[in-house]
Amino acid sequence: MSSTSVEKITGRGCPVPGNDIDTDRIIPARFMKVVTFDGLGEHLFEDAREQANGKHAVDDKRFEGANILIAERNFGCGSSREHAPQALLRFGFKAFIAQSFAEIFAGNCCALGLPAVCVSEADGKALADAVELNPESEITVDLVAEEVRCGETVYPASIPAGVRKQLVEGTWDATAVLLEAGGDIETKASSIPYVQGF
Amino acid sequence: MTESKRNLLNKVWDAHTVRELPSGQSQLFIGTHLIHEVTSPQAFAMLRERGLKVRFPDRTFATVDHIIPTDDTERPLKDPLAEAMFVEIEKNTKEGGITFFDQGSGHQGVVHVMGPEMGITQPGMTVACGDSHTSTHGAFGAVAFGIGTSQVRDVLATQCITMKRLKVRKICVKGTPQNGVNAKDIVLHIIRTLGVNGGTGYAYEYAGPTISDMDMEERMTLCNMTIEGGARVGYVNPDEKTFEYLRGRPYAPQGEAFERAKEWWKSISSDEKAEYDDIVHFDASIIAPTVTWGINPSHAIGVDENIPSSESVSEDERGSVVEALEYMKLSPNAPIAGTPVDVVFIGSCTNGRISDLRAAAEIAKLGKVADGVKALVVPGSQDVERQALAEGLPEIFRNAGFEYRQPGCSMCLAMNPDQLVGDQVCASTSNRNFKGRQGSPTGRTLLMSPVMAAAAALTGKVTDVREMLK
Repeated sequence: MSSTSVEKITGRGCPVPGNDIDTDRIIPARFMKVVTFDGLGEHLFEDAREQANGKHAVDDKRFEGANILIAERNFGCGSSREHAPQALLRFGFKAFIAQSFAEIFAGNCCALGLPAVCVSEADGKALADAVELNPESEITVDLVAEEVRCGETVYPASIPAGVRKQLVEGTWDATAVLLEAGGDIETKASSIPYVQGF
Repeated sequence: MTESKRNLLNKVWDAHTVRELPSGQSQLFIGTHLIHEVTSPQAFAMLRERGLKVRFPDRTFATVDHIIPTDDTERPLKDPLAEAMFVEIEKNTKEGGITFFDQGSGHQGVVHVMGPEMGITQPGMTVACGDSHTSTHGAFGAVAFGIGTSQVRDVLATQCITMKRLKVRKICVKGTPQNGVNAKDIVLHIIRTLGVNGGTGYAYEYAGPTISDMDMEERMTLCNMTIEGGARVGYVNPDEKTFEYLRGRPYAPQGEAFERAKEWWKSISSDEKAEYDDIVHFDASIIAPTVTWGINPSHAIGVDENIPSSESVSEDERGSVVEALEYMKLSPNAPIAGTPVDVVFIGSCTNGRISDLRAAAEIAKLGKVADGVKALVVPGSQDVERQALAEGLPEIFRNAGFEYRQPGCSMCLAMNPDQLVGDQVCASTSNRNFKGRQGSPTGRTLLMSPVMAAAAALTGKVTDVREMLK
């Protein structure tokens, strides 16, 4: 199974403020008692939304239909649960912009073909402010040009070169890529002492 | 020939690289794949959708830990969702030809407790598991990654993952820890200093005399928490303690093979003059028993310090501190010692091993659980449970007023019935103090070591265990 090329995502933004938003906050563990990822979208940020009394950014009518989440620093830290990007995806987010992402979260996004790009702190704030001011602003996350555009403004954006290549070339489906190694996998295994029982 | 200057990470990486990918990542062979019931069902479903089979079934090992109740494990489980997950992993492991350590095997337990004690985790291995605390296995000099479910699929289908080579930061620790200070305090201190995202892009190599002096279980605690500092891999170079721990364990090499294995294990250790991308130093002798007061593991202070205020921290940290103080309902500038606790949890992949239970039991002998405090002890595995029973630990805990339960992840992430209620404060030996982590959306977690948690159980408040050990 080959994956599709992801060159850019265009749509509207939803700024979710706060550093270190962890995966327990994105999808609390009690909602992981499932054997499929279906239905996770409805529990996205469940406790944070409950505590915000309907004032959480994802419940804000102004950002309804947004498909690009704008976070701050170290977004997605904590557990390796792919349920986090799956919940975000099923809620409707197709791309993420932040000052930084936790490593496993970023890897999980790539595995699902979802771009997670980094911008500077100042640009992240400016972008969030621009969207707050005009929620209808059209935003483009452009992986080819390595930039985020919002109206007339262009922000440089970074994404690890390998991940960018995988998304743009449509090789983010790792299983397909790994299978291409064919029998080289068994050959490598036979060279590892513990696999051979020493 | 020039002297080799390679570190363990690079040696293990090279030994497991099937090929370099056009993306700049490596296709890495995974020596040991561990699975549990929460992050694997979707991976097996994806495998079926693609008509793929488990490629190396004898290199994957399964157990059930996250959803398992610790009081009533009779099947079917009372929670139908938990039962459905149990049934799914039974079906998937049976179909896939994968060894499954369920309760009937006598070796069920938290996946990161089970792997090492079965001798499955060995030096020089690559280990992967759909759980971020897979870093634990680095205690043996393995390179161990927490992965997502799509990568679990990748490993099932190909026994490989795609991964960009990590940089290596050597964390040198010297100095003799004070009485009552152990690996948990040291790693919380390291995270406090380097930050929750300080390790992004790095593997942490823990080294120095303090680390050499640690037993294997302390090293597991240390490596376990590595991910809380943002580094997905942490390891300790294998030494005689590592080899002696492994000797005789069910999946460790036996007899002459063990001696040959030792030579290889020594050879994959970091060279004496190995090169690193970064080196930092810590002095363990000045570290106090360490406790978290906030909502991420870097919100940690010595038990003799005061809770920070928005004025006492840098502008960069201010937002996080304000948010944490509000959630935790704690007063800025107040001492953390004396903070009342409602619940105590001793267990988890961080601190649910036999040495953790022994240490907590020594404190439990000194008194009774304070009125109004609910204190839980949850052994990390059935093997830990058996050993604890042989040593009379359950009786010590029960006599002191602790509830002694059956093995599982329990209140570390509260996917089973062990959950905080309302805004209860829990002194916990687990690894995360995130908002809502212990099952109640407003529950509050104070991370600490097993002896500190036991001390809090007896006094009903955060207590400097050094006072009790005098």
